Amino acid sequence: MDWHDVTARLFPEGHHVVADGDLLAGTGRCGDTTFAVIGSAHHAEIGVELALAMARLVLATMRTHPGRPIVFLVDTAGQRLRRRDELLGLNRCMAHLAKCVEVARSRGHRVLGLVYDQALSGGFLATGMMADLCAALPESEIRVMNLSAMARVTRQPVERLAELARSSPVFAPGAINYVKMGAIDALWEGDLAAHLAAAVADAPATDTRRDVGQARGGRLLAAPIALRANVE
Amino acid sequence: MQSYYEANARERLDGLLDPGTFREILPPVARTLSPHLQALDLPAAFDDGIVIGTAKLEGLAVLVAAQEGGFMGGAVGEVQGAKITGLLERARNAEVAGIVLLLETGGVRLQEANAGLIAVSEVIRAICATRVAGIPVIAAIGGQYGCFGGMGIAAACCTGIVMSEEGRLGLSGPEVIETAHGVEEFDSRDRALVWRTVGGKHRFLLGDCDVLVDDRIDAFRRAIAQALREGDRLDLDAVEREHALLQRRVDRFGGCDDGADIWRDLGFPDPENVPLLATDALVAISQRLRAA
Amino acid sequence: MEHLEYRFDGGRPATAGSAARIVGVVASGNLEVLIEPVPGDPACSIAIDTAAKGFGEIWQAVMADFFARHRLAGIRVSINDAGATPAIVALRLDQAIEEFTRKR
Repeated sequence: MDWHDVTARLFPEGHHVVADGDLLAGTGRCGDTTFAVIGSAHHAEIGVELALAMARLVLATMRTHPGRPIVFLVDTAGQRLRRRDELLGLNRCMAHLAKCVEVARSRGHRVLGLVYDQALSGGFLATGMMADLCAALPESEIRVMNLSAMARVTRQPVERLAELARSSPVFAPGAINYVKMGAIDALWEGDLAAHLAAAVADAPATDTRRDVGQARGGRLLAAPIALRANVE
Repeated sequence: MQSYYEANARERLDGLLDPGTFREILPPVARTLSPHLQALDLPAAFDDGIVIGTAKLEGLAVLVAAQEGGFMGGAVGEVQGAKITGLLERARNAEVAGIVLLLETGGVRLQEANAGLIAVSEVIRAICATRVAGIPVIAAIGGQYGCFGGMGIAAACCTGIVMSEEGRLGLSGPEVIETAHGVEEFDSRDRALVWRTVGGKHRFLLGDCDVLVDDRIDAFRRAIAQALREGDRLDLDAVEREHALLQRRVDRFGGCDDGADIWRDLGFPDPENVPLLATDALVAISQRLRAA
Repeated sequence: MEHLEYRFDGGRPATAGSAARIVGVVASGNLEVLIEPVPGDPACSIAIDTAAKGFGEIWQAVMADFFARHRLAGIRVSINDAGATPAIVALRLDQAIEEFTRKR
């Protein structure tokens, strides 16, 4: 889905979201609530500039609109794969964005995420996966890496990985698999504004994804192992 | 004088921690093997490639986690990630000076795909939440496999990073970049180029690693203890300061093609000599340049 | 992966109070060896998960040699192997026994 359609459906009462290159920025009204909207479009490759631009928006929200909920709209092809971005410390810029989100959360901002097209790896880790609650549109896909690159790194035949991607929830890129594993709260269809309103009201205060993954049967070990690491 | 680089995870802990104080949590007898690796008919490890526990370091009560780079390149799967996440959460209810993460990892364990990505995400969130609670998390990087992928983001979320020259820290590994955009973009076999881009000395000069130490376990020990004693604060002021620093960096060095260009701009008259400088000499020159 | 198991009788019991020990790393050409005390068990039991399939006879010979060297009863030896040579396997087993029996 195009970002224009997503924002129209999320904010039927009006929004001021604009695209500045690959960066989405602005606000949207949902019921009585104004959301800060931050995101990426056009399968953005997230490099140092875009990571810092998103962080700047989180910081600005904290300074000028204390308590305002934030929603990340995610469409990314992952981190920019260029030597220059590594040289300048892209890992740090992504971490900076993640830390800004954590500080916002600690200051009472609810943070939500919505994958509306695709999400890969680094770009997703610092945005949607830092949210209190992340949702996805049914057609969206979430990947760690493209299959051919994965085949090269793991030295498994690409046909085998493709078969696993069809049959195994651990490998399949459809967002539904992330729902089963607890990382995506739900697939949103129909009235996106209603989903958004419910999400900002119900989003958990702590990271409950492993408990959800266990309850849904998609990720059985993370919760009990983390508990044992905590108490044994 | 034991090399950190050459040591495996258990040997590093043995040399780092106060003798007789380490108690392993979920030791190998707990047999927390990865079911995902077993499903792929791949060898698994009893501790899933990470050793966690409680200990003392220079008298400070700490929680420690040490990744075994030799196993799956240190990559993080469901079980390993849960061990780290649980340990980070444990810190919030324990009386500890902080958490020490000995990181040696390619990032998400691709053989566990989605489960690995979620595991790394939970580690990142746990590091941030533990720091917001005021508990320092110190990362050490100095092994053969470096610290890459989503764990490169996790490392940069920590309170401080101690690296040796031998260590590497980044997001995408040189091989991944070369695969995507060709050898002209990044020749992953040009070791000097790799280290000018993501190596310990460059990260230190850039400001992404707080302490640069020699490749000795006792040097890591001293630096980690010192970092723990400095405490932590992750709040709005801290991230605003970090933002200003990173924005200045991109403005100042965004046009640089190579680490050597950055070092020259920082004031090193002979940047090609930086790789040859001893650690303490490099640190001394860097401190003089920053003071100037 | 291939799973193999062996039991050897006639050893002498390991010293009481020994704690479980592990040596090695599951890396290509390497293996990890975990030794646990099993008080009261008259045998030395061995369980192996190996990436190298079809070498049962060689494993049998290496384990028999290992038992003959140390003749310990009341222990369980567990191995995760990623294709180590018999020489490396024997070395790790000896290292593991040394760790296990060392007085602390």
